[in-house]
Amino acid sequence: MTLLLDLALSAVLVGGGLFALIGSYGLLRLPRPMQRLHAPTKATTIGVGAALLVSALDMLGAGSISWQELLITLFLLLTAPVSALFLAKTLILRGEADPNLPATGTGADWATLAPERADP
Amino acid sequence: MILPHALTLFLACIALSLVLNLWRLLTAPTLTDRILTLDTMAVNAIALVVAWGIRAGTGLYLEIAVLFSLTGFVGTVAYCKYLLRGSIIE
Amino acid sequence: MRRLFPHPYLTLTLTGMWFLLVNEWKLGSLVMALILGTILPLVTSAWWPDRPRIRRPLALAAYAALVLWDVILANFQVARIVLFLPRDRIRSAWIPVPLALTQPEAISLLAGTITMTPGTLTADLSADGRVLLVHALHAPDPDAVRDEIKSRYEARLQRIFA
Repeated sequence: MTLLLDLALSAVLVGGGLFALIGSYGLLRLPRPMQRLHAPTKATTIGVGAALLVSALDMLGAGSISWQELLITLFLLLTAPVSALFLAKTLILRGEADPNLPATGTGADWATLAPERADP
Repeated sequence: MILPHALTLFLACIALSLVLNLWRLLTAPTLTDRILTLDTMAVNAIALVVAWGIRAGTGLYLEIAVLFSLTGFVGTVAYCKYLLRGSIIE
Repeated sequence: MRRLFPHPYLTLTLTGMWFLLVNEWKLGSLVMALILGTILPLVTSAWWPDRPRIRRPLALAAYAALVLWDVILANFQVARIVLFLPRDRIRSAWIPVPLALTQPEAISLLAGTITMTPGTLTADLSADGRVLLVHALHAPDPDAVRDEIKSRYEARLQRIFA
């Protein structure tokens, strides 16, 4: 049983590390700015997630419950989309994203480009 | 028994990611790319701290990770807001 | 009561968060958590005037589980694209997604979900709040991606939010 748990935790940890590495590699490899936004937001989150899961289970195995892992996981899951959105808005405003944005179809412009922007 | 070795491998992966990120930071084509790279570095640093905490066997390192996740996020948003609006606090 | 607790869910969440932060079960922490949980919603209520109307809180938990599972699958997809797809074969696309949701809380939840799941990223919202701009990393068929977002996530959120 302990050996099985050990194996499972090791597999999760190694997988997570590889994902984090892939995310950082994607940052270098993908050619366009908007594409580069994809790799780190997803892959690195799973890397940290793996470390946090192993940390929580490891503490549990040692006989003490730690809740801060849960807090960090929640926080990362909540903040990753927000920072990605902000970065995307910055790319659009500075014209570094692919320039041919589609029309909204409702008559209004995209919020970042609208003349009187609401608070982002 | 295998876990310490897996941990070493994980730390190596994160360290290599951080090196790649540093390289990206130096060669980034645009300002936004630099912010994205800094954000990624913060997340990788959290992973590094958490993994080191497992190796050290104390929960103390988690406090550092909590603080880092808070400040990293606020930093990214502040940089973006500066580029978007020209000021951070309005 | 309503004026003292403008957002009861926020009060509960802040209390829970404080306990996670302190990492110990003590009476003093509960007092501090309740003080913070009362003051923070009061101070910030000017920026969040309306309460979100949640019809089925339990369905929200099921939705969170679904999203968490999709996040893991998303990583395998993105990893495959990053590692094995030749650079010039990556077909990125902008996809406008018209929204049926109207509550701001529901829209931001959908936007977050899109960012965390397979190969898509929320980039912007239209100025009138009725269309989301989604960027897909590799989407040979953009319409299929839009339909999947609408049927898999938006339909569920519509059932959760009244």
